[in-house]
Amino acid sequence: MQAFTVHRGIVAPLDRSNVDTDAIIPKQYLKSVKRTGFGPNAFDDWRYLDPGEPGMDSSQRRSNPDFVLNQAPYDQATILLARKNFGCGSSREHAVWALTDFGFRAVIAPSFADIFFSNSCKNGLLPVVLAEGEVQTLFDQVEANPGAQVEVNLEEMTVTAPDGTVFRFTLDEDRRHRLLNGLDDIALTLKYGDDIRAFEERQRREWPWMAEQR
Amino acid sequence: MVGKTLYDKLWEAHVVREEPDGSTLLYIDRHLVHEVTSPQAFEGLRLAGRKPWRGDSVLAVPDHNVPTANRDRGIEDPVSRTQVETLESNVTSLGLKFFPMADVRQGIVHVIGPEQGATLPGMTVVCGDSHTSTHGALGALAFGIGTSEVEHVLATQCLWQKKTKAMQIRVEGELRPGVTAKDVVLAIIGRIGTAGGTGYAIEFAGSAIRSLSVEGRMSICNMSIEAGARAGMVAVDEKTIEYVRGKPQAPTGEMFERAAEYWRTLVSDPDAEFDAVVEMDAAEIAPQVSWGTSPEMVAPVDGRVPDPAAEKDPVRAEGMQRALEYMDLKPNTPMTEIRPDKVFIGSCTNSRIEDLRAAAEVVKGRKKADNIKLAMVVPGSGLVKQQAEQEGLDRVFLDAGFEWREPGCSMCLAMNADRLEPGERCASTSNRNFEGRQGQGGRTHLVSPALAAAAAVAGHFIEPSALKEA
Repeated sequence: MQAFTVHRGIVAPLDRSNVDTDAIIPKQYLKSVKRTGFGPNAFDDWRYLDPGEPGMDSSQRRSNPDFVLNQAPYDQATILLARKNFGCGSSREHAVWALTDFGFRAVIAPSFADIFFSNSCKNGLLPVVLAEGEVQTLFDQVEANPGAQVEVNLEEMTVTAPDGTVFRFTLDEDRRHRLLNGLDDIALTLKYGDDIRAFEERQRREWPWMAEQR
Repeated sequence: MVGKTLYDKLWEAHVVREEPDGSTLLYIDRHLVHEVTSPQAFEGLRLAGRKPWRGDSVLAVPDHNVPTANRDRGIEDPVSRTQVETLESNVTSLGLKFFPMADVRQGIVHVIGPEQGATLPGMTVVCGDSHTSTHGALGALAFGIGTSEVEHVLATQCLWQKKTKAMQIRVEGELRPGVTAKDVVLAIIGRIGTAGGTGYAIEFAGSAIRSLSVEGRMSICNMSIEAGARAGMVAVDEKTIEYVRGKPQAPTGEMFERAAEYWRTLVSDPDAEFDAVVEMDAAEIAPQVSWGTSPEMVAPVDGRVPDPAAEKDPVRAEGMQRALEYMDLKPNTPMTEIRPDKVFIGSCTNSRIEDLRAAAEVVKGRKKADNIKLAMVVPGSGLVKQQAEQEGLDRVFLDAGFEWREPGCSMCLAMNADRLEPGERCASTSNRNFEGRQGQGGRTHLVSPALAAAAAVAGHFIEPSALKEA
């Protein structure tokens, strides 16, 4: 996983609440058996005026000029700003892969859906929760000054707005540690193999019907 | 000392290791796998030279991409076909339990888990699918995970989790005639909102929940995620135990009785404390129809489309306005004047035998209305289909002009050929009415099987009891 320490970049304001994972990456693209290549289809239904199917050359499609990610300088954005309950809906990690493949390193919103939040942290895409008022301030500053840069600092757990205002956020220590260091979860867990085997031993004694699955 | 919630009990029974900050390595008993969210996990495992920790915990099945018609021709879309073939080669090369498309036990992963007794009370159940919460209806801790976590469970049989808060949603009293589990859960989401349960595990309780069948409880737990909660659950009672008895993978004989004795303890203690409690009066719940593009946007079938002008919160009003434009609806329109083009009865929410019986009951002796271009019934599994055919339900639907299909996720998310065309309106028993969910530009109204059937017959939304005599 790509580590996340400090990132500075252009913020794209996506002024919607309840942005769902069907919107972030529509179902037809979930047929891929790969982890990469979802970027051109991030927000496909909003981003293009014609219907898309897997395998189409996105550069040949009609892009929707009204959609924020099609407008300069937001097409170069690396931080996404949205309203509450971002990433609700299905568990598809493809939604996170689409955002990272587009170039996003962080999403700032007042709240996130649980599964999206967890998937994000496992792919080096930092989900940043700020208060609604702070998110509003960022919307105001970014819309008044398109292309303004924001800094997201995971070491300090701060977001620095274009005008220099500093907002603080939190992230649980375990996730923060893994993100800062880009750690491989599985290798870490396998260090506890003896604990897992001990649990299984206990399960065989206490709940044998679960240990002896048929 | 205060008592424990059902969630406390399920959690504590699966802790492998707990770190000082509360991060917990949680043991997973059952891992359900389907073709869409697993290929990258199997590839990751292979690239790292790892093997599944416990292969017998896995049950794999293709469901999202499978065709529901003309199966003898195989899967015509080459991209879908590759994904299903990839699942088959991944699981067979590792010797994992698998029901291929031609197996009568194939079906939607959340229908076949309980049907096979692969998911049992007291288990931790995961799947790369947000509707895994369905299995909580058996008194299990079941939740959806992403693909990185699928790989993690395959490799370690565990997940790092932090215990969430616990919410109890208590629905007390008697449901009105014609009000089903689907109406209850839609009304709950309408009340607490799609983020109301975020950060919580929800236990559904109260006399109205206890009065539901285990299948009805599954419809409720299924949509926990639409209320924002990863996990939903219902305490074990005798209905749960009788449901599990005799299922193919359930324990038998003395072992079953020993298990049942433990299962009976899987209830919240009377003095357990929840972080949040929501109380609802069952008698006040009417049959529900969604009008917008979020599952919280629901109204009673005898109600009207709400008016954004009456909403005080500007962000919310704008969301309503956008939803009404997408749905092509005007404020204050009676719900009964909304006319669908298609009707879909199926999905992991509502494709079990009781759902099909409820729909057939309404359809029996009647015909599909002329404005309904397609009314399709997609059973949740091959075994549900078989059972329905033994009961003659297929004839009831076919005689009324419905289509009777093969099992799968189908038009709930339109990954196969079953989909809405732009602008088409659908009465659907599925779980999500997001923009484009059932096909780009498609418009979804979430309803119960009985209401979907009634809409197919009348050509507009209507309470089944208001239909003319068959």
